[in-house]
Amino acid sequence: MSEKELGKKWDRCLADSAIKLGTGLGLGIVFSVLFFKRHTWPISFGSGVGLGMAYANCQNDLRSHYLQHRSKKVTHT
Amino acid sequence: MLRACLRGANATARNNFGKTRLTNLQHCRHYTAGETSGGGAAKVVAAGLVTVGGGIGGTILYAKWDNKFRAAVENNVPYSDWLLGLALGPPSPKSGLPIKKQEYKDCHEHQDTSVTAAVHPDTESPTATEPLKERPVEEVAAILAQQDQEEQDIATCSLEESLTSSAKATLQAIGAQEAALQAITRHTLKLKEAMEAEVPPQEKSAQWKDLEAALADRTGAVNDAETALSKANEALDSLKSVIDKSKGLKVSAVRPLVLAAEENLHNMVVDLDKVVTKVHSAESEAKIVSQYSELVNEAKQQFQREVSSLTPEIQANWKGLTGKLSSDDLNALIAHAHRRIDQLNRELAEQRVREQIHIDAALEQQKLEDQKALEKAVSTALQHIKEEARLEQERKLSELREVMEAEMRTQLRRQAAAHTDHVRDVLKVQEQELRVDAEQVLSSKMLEQETRYRQLSQEQLDNFTLDMNTAYARLKGMEEAIDSHVVAEEEARKAHQLWLSVEALNYTLKTANADIPTVPLEGAAQAVRDSCHDSDFALALSSALPEESLHRGVYSEASLRARFNSLRSLARRVALIDESHNSLYQYFLSYLQAALLFEEKQEAPPAQLCSEDLDPFKLLSYASYCLEHGDLELAAKLVNQLRGEARRVVEDWLTEARLTLETRQVVSLLSAYANAVGLGTTQAP
Repeated sequence: MSEKELGKKWDRCLADSAIKLGTGLGLGIVFSVLFFKRHTWPISFGSGVGLGMAYANCQNDLRSHYLQHRSKKVTHT
Repeated sequence: MLRACLRGANATARNNFGKTRLTNLQHCRHYTAGETSGGGAAKVVAAGLVTVGGGIGGTILYAKWDNKFRAAVENNVPYSDWLLGLALGPPSPKSGLPIKKQEYKDCHEHQDTSVTAAVHPDTESPTATEPLKERPVEEVAAILAQQDQEEQDIATCSLEESLTSSAKATLQAIGAQEAALQAITRHTLKLKEAMEAEVPPQEKSAQWKDLEAALADRTGAVNDAETALSKANEALDSLKSVIDKSKGLKVSAVRPLVLAAEENLHNMVVDLDKVVTKVHSAESEAKIVSQYSELVNEAKQQFQREVSSLTPEIQANWKGLTGKLSSDDLNALIAHAHRRIDQLNRELAEQRVREQIHIDAALEQQKLEDQKALEKAVSTALQHIKEEARLEQERKLSELREVMEAEMRTQLRRQAAAHTDHVRDVLKVQEQELRVDAEQVLSSKMLEQETRYRQLSQEQLDNFTLDMNTAYARLKGMEEAIDSHVVAEEEARKAHQLWLSVEALNYTLKTANADIPTVPLEGAAQAVRDSCHDSDFALALSSALPEESLHRGVYSEASLRARFNSLRSLARRVALIDESHNSLYQYFLSYLQAALLFEEKQEAPPAQLCSEDLDPFKLLSYASYCLEHGDLELAAKLVNQLRGEARRVVEDWLTEARLTLETRQVVSLLSAYANAVGLGTTQAP
């Protein structure tokens, strides 16, 4: 079902962003704890990185149809 | 009743007979001492014995008198037949005519001999009839000869019988007649003696007695002779009748016998007549003598009367007169005697005078009598001679007849032979002629028959061919009609089948439930394809069904509608996204637009779309309207105008809708086609 694709994409997107955010946060926390003497900037850096990656992935996923991968059918009409 | 009682009494008596004796004896032995009681018992016993004896005796006597009673007693009482046989002897027979039986026996003996003679030919003839069928002519002749023999035998037997009987009778008659003759002559002699002899009176009375005896003898003999004569005549008549009868039988061999019998008859008749004439002459002589004796007696009587009238006191017997008569009486007597002498002299003179006349008269009488006798003798002699002549003639005739018959037979034989030859020749000639004629007639008739037959057969053939042709034509017509009918029916059947399969296909479209597609239409489509081999149109249509529908089935309009409703919101949310605008920010903006923009849920689409109508929101509302009003096609068309992400989102729905529409179109076409074909094949009433 083509209408479920968007939902699936959003699910992936959210799952991915959650993971990334979490991972980023986690890494940030870890780095902050480990390497950066509990500064907050690795956490925010890491979460930011994570968020950014998630955002980028999400966007890429959502516009994947319109990009160069011509294996998929492009229906214009 | 009486008899029954007697019988009963007898029976009981006999039953008790043996016993009572013993018991009686025993009683007697026992009761010898006591006399009074013995006497009473003896009385009873005696009375019983008397009763029993009386009953039995009475029965026996009555049985002796009445045979029927005897038979009844014998039937009903056992051992009574023994008793009655002892007492009376064997029972007499019932028939009371023994004599006649004897006679019948004699007759039967006679007849038996003749019958036995006749039986032999009879026994022979059945054996002769069996091989009759093989050789008829000879056997028939033999049978005829045998029959003749039988008849002859019978005739001869009867002839002999009657001959013997008549001979016997004749002999008897002759003997009787001779006896009569002798008796008559004896009587006459005696009478003459009595008349003329002068014998003492004692012997006279004896003589008269002898005479009377002789007279009685004579009368008896004459009677016997008469009866014998009548019998002989009867016998002779019967013989004559037998002879006539046997003459009536046309058997030649009997003739000599008949002739002999006739001769015998004639001889017998002649003898009988001779004897009869002798007897008659003797009788006439006796008559004369008796007349003479009567006259003498009369004269004597007259004289005695005269004498008695003269001397009445004298006794009747004038021979005792000597010594008793007185002289006066004597004188008177002498006077009377003289007178008598005178009278007699006168009478004598008168008699002498009238002698001649008397003699003439006597002569005349004698002549008459002689004439009569002569005539009679002549007639009898004539008869005899006639008879002899006739017999002679018959004899000669029979001889001649035999000779003639033999000659005739030879002549006939010759004639028969000549006739047969002639007939044979004539027959041959006739046969030839007739044959020729017959053959001619036959050939002509045959020709005619042949021509007629040919004609008829030709006619028949023609008729037959005509009929056959017509029948064939009709048959052909019928066949064609039937074929066309068959074809039409086939077409109708096919159309019906097609229609049915199309209906089935149609029905399968309805099997879609809420979100489940219909069953794969493959089966129904195959059925449709099967039922429309010859229709290209239908085949093309049935092959035009989309694959998806065949394999997976299609969704119903309701499900599509429901899906669209859920799709609509999604499509609204991604309305701004397309190839160029597909970042997340755009997504955010499109979501915002969808949240903030409100359009009519359903809006009737215009007949023609302009550029403003290509707005997704507007399109979706048009599509909703169309869907709500059951126009999937228009909805699909409108949805088809979506671009970008919205288009991508509704892509599947669109394909599904397209599938459904296609299928529905094909099915409706097929249905229309099937209906048209069915209508075409349905025959109007």
